[in-house]
Amino acid sequence: MAAAYPGTPSTEIMENLARFPGIYVEWSTNEKVALEVAMGASYGGVRALAAMKHVGLNVAADPFFAASVTGVRGGLVLVCCDDPGMHSSQNEQDNRHYARFAKVPILEPTDSQEAYSLMEWAFGISEEFDTPVLFRSTTRISHCKTVAEIAESPEIKRRPPKFVRDPHKFVMVPSNARPRHPLMEERIQKLAAYFEAFPLNEMILRDRSIGIISAGASYQYAREVFRNASFLKLITTYPIPENLIREFASKVERVVVVEELDPFLEDIFKAMGIGVTGKQLVPIIGELNPEILEERAIAIGLLPHAGRPPATQRVEHDFPPRPPLLCPGCPHAATSYALKRLGFYHVVPQDDMSGQKRGGIQQQRQGIIATSDIGCYTLAVYPPLLALDTCACMGASIGQAHGLEKAGVANRIVSVIGDSTFIHSGITSLVDVVYNEGRGTVIILDNNTTAMTGHQGHPGTGISARGERARRVVIEDLCRGVGVRDVNVIDAFDLPVIEATIRRCVETDEPSVIVVRGDCPLRVREKGKPLVVHLEECDRCFNCLRVGCPAISRDDDDVKIDPLLCMGDRCSLCLQACHCQAIRVREG
Amino acid sequence: MIKADLLMAGVGGQGVILASDALAEIAVKAGYDVKKSDSLGMSQRGGSVVSHLRMGEQVFSPMIKRGDADFLLGFERLEGARWAAYLRRDGVAIVNNLAIPPLSVVGGASKYPSVGEVEETLRRRTNQIYFVPGTEIAAELGNPQVLNVLLIGFLSVFLEIDEGSYVDDLSQRVPQKFLQVNLKAFARGREEALHRKETRHD
Repeated sequence: MAAAYPGTPSTEIMENLARFPGIYVEWSTNEKVALEVAMGASYGGVRALAAMKHVGLNVAADPFFAASVTGVRGGLVLVCCDDPGMHSSQNEQDNRHYARFAKVPILEPTDSQEAYSLMEWAFGISEEFDTPVLFRSTTRISHCKTVAEIAESPEIKRRPPKFVRDPHKFVMVPSNARPRHPLMEERIQKLAAYFEAFPLNEMILRDRSIGIISAGASYQYAREVFRNASFLKLITTYPIPENLIREFASKVERVVVVEELDPFLEDIFKAMGIGVTGKQLVPIIGELNPEILEERAIAIGLLPHAGRPPATQRVEHDFPPRPPLLCPGCPHAATSYALKRLGFYHVVPQDDMSGQKRGGIQQQRQGIIATSDIGCYTLAVYPPLLALDTCACMGASIGQAHGLEKAGVANRIVSVIGDSTFIHSGITSLVDVVYNEGRGTVIILDNNTTAMTGHQGHPGTGISARGERARRVVIEDLCRGVGVRDVNVIDAFDLPVIEATIRRCVETDEPSVIVVRGDCPLRVREKGKPLVVHLEECDRCFNCLRVGCPAISRDDDDVKIDPLLCMGDRCSLCLQACHCQAIRVREG
Repeated sequence: MIKADLLMAGVGGQGVILASDALAEIAVKAGYDVKKSDSLGMSQRGGSVVSHLRMGEQVFSPMIKRGDADFLLGFERLEGARWAAYLRRDGVAIVNNLAIPPLSVVGGASKYPSVGEVEETLRRRTNQIYFVPGTEIAAELGNPQVLNVLLIGFLSVFLEIDEGSYVDDLSQRVPQKFLQVNLKAFARGREEALHRKETRHD
């Protein structure tokens, strides 16, 4: 069985597993729940997998450490996908540290073939050594495709599910947990010995002047750049097979470690007394690629100067960037636009839709503070919306808003969170607000899907991981159930109602929830009647451009709507922002 | 077997990833070792999309180094120009002659590069530059979404994979009701390339 919470670049694992019949799959509420579900299945003797992105393991760290103490029955594999370079993440972290931290073995594939082949090993190791296994990928493993040979008819090892009571193993009261710790230390020693002969670790001896030890995607970059060097490909990056490392080191003149992010292997090798070149070569920050590796290798004299022009010779002009945007017809746009307007003014002019024009000197956020969360709506931090003030980690917005309020910050404060994120980890904070007598306003942007990662179901959608109908958790009922009395459900495209509701809720002395509901247009793919700009009635205030919609643009001094991109009167935010009524639904 | 490194760049929603997936499979079936890597973090939201596709006898890195790409396939002018530095000297640049101004341009904060600026940027790497009116032809064919197949058609003239392999792949990949327009787009792309190669004067 398999359980996951979506997160780039790990999402596709569950999406693909869901296509296999005969495996139980689920999108879990969050990563902690996913791992606990997998643990339960493992205790019942069934092989179980949990998948998540790097920061997901932060959420799941508690059960991860617990699973290391109890061990497993059926194989238990946790796949975590790191995102060096932060293509779609709020931070960069090297999750190999978790393996050492929790005393769990780690396996790292270097391409698609190994990702496929290693999985069987991972489950086998888990069962043989009574341990969860951390299976680590990075963006350039997860979002790469390389040729892989698939077993003709993969043998599925199934054991009948059965839970055998064993309190000394499964009930971690202190008296039972204490004897487990020595077993964990022993286990890691045994694994290190086992990895000495692990068949997928590979030594390639050629030119002995440089010997490179590398793992994961970095190994492929190193093979690309150092064509003649000797290599030790390490699949088992924790615990380290020390004898293998010493043997390789003794056969080459200079040991070079090529690893992305932290000096994880380098530190271990140095502690073993092996002198290596590591972070002196490869930067500790950002995603590695063959180009950086080559440049750095030349810079520190590991490679001769190539005959080609240095890559630092840029040929580009200063081209305008193209950051991701809220899509045309996005149900988050109207709320973001309202927050921007409410945020910029200490006293918000009640009926002045064009107020922004005169606001030049007041362009400081003095009004509403909007704490925000992880999801598409975070894109409203970019111009022209500039609507948000914080974004930290999943579910943080509600607690942060509560903290700002309790610290005595005088502004009105709202927290902005998506439907999936609210259920992931916002709900506990809302309980906290109710219990501790906060007066915060929580805006739940409910687009009825997990949009950022590509439209996965979650409990609020009533759609399962297999795309089938499931029982739906009704978000507004949930909020009422925990004791919020002021719960509002409003339409995501009705700007005046959104503004009025926010204004009212931030003035009350009790907690309030505003569920702003509207389907993600990329999921429902329905268009309304087309909108057009009547230029003869337009006074060129360009307010319509401030809603940040990619479908509406400025053409010299005119404004035009791209009929291919525009979602029509399904959205009509630009129409509502136009104080001249120059934007209208096309007649006929 | 000749190696080919291709960089494909465009805007979210243009079908860049689909095109590179299809081309990767076609190359695998033609006997190449193939690796590809997509940067698509949040690109479904209208951001830049870039796909690295490498084929050859044996490929290690799934990413192309700056200055190494044999082909640059730009689905949009600005995106074509943005990745120009990845092209090797005298590589082939194929750029769909379409402008999708990013929001910073729409809002007036920056300027969209002219065709001349884009061309000048590419010229610093190569003289083999093809601007293709891909979006116009696709619209003419009745479906703007076939742009990606049209560009693959154009590119196919430069690769060592026979025409039938592309047609076979399309026939399996594309739903029946869209197959005809896709095959037409592929053929039009090829025609355009053959015609342009014949009439070139560099």
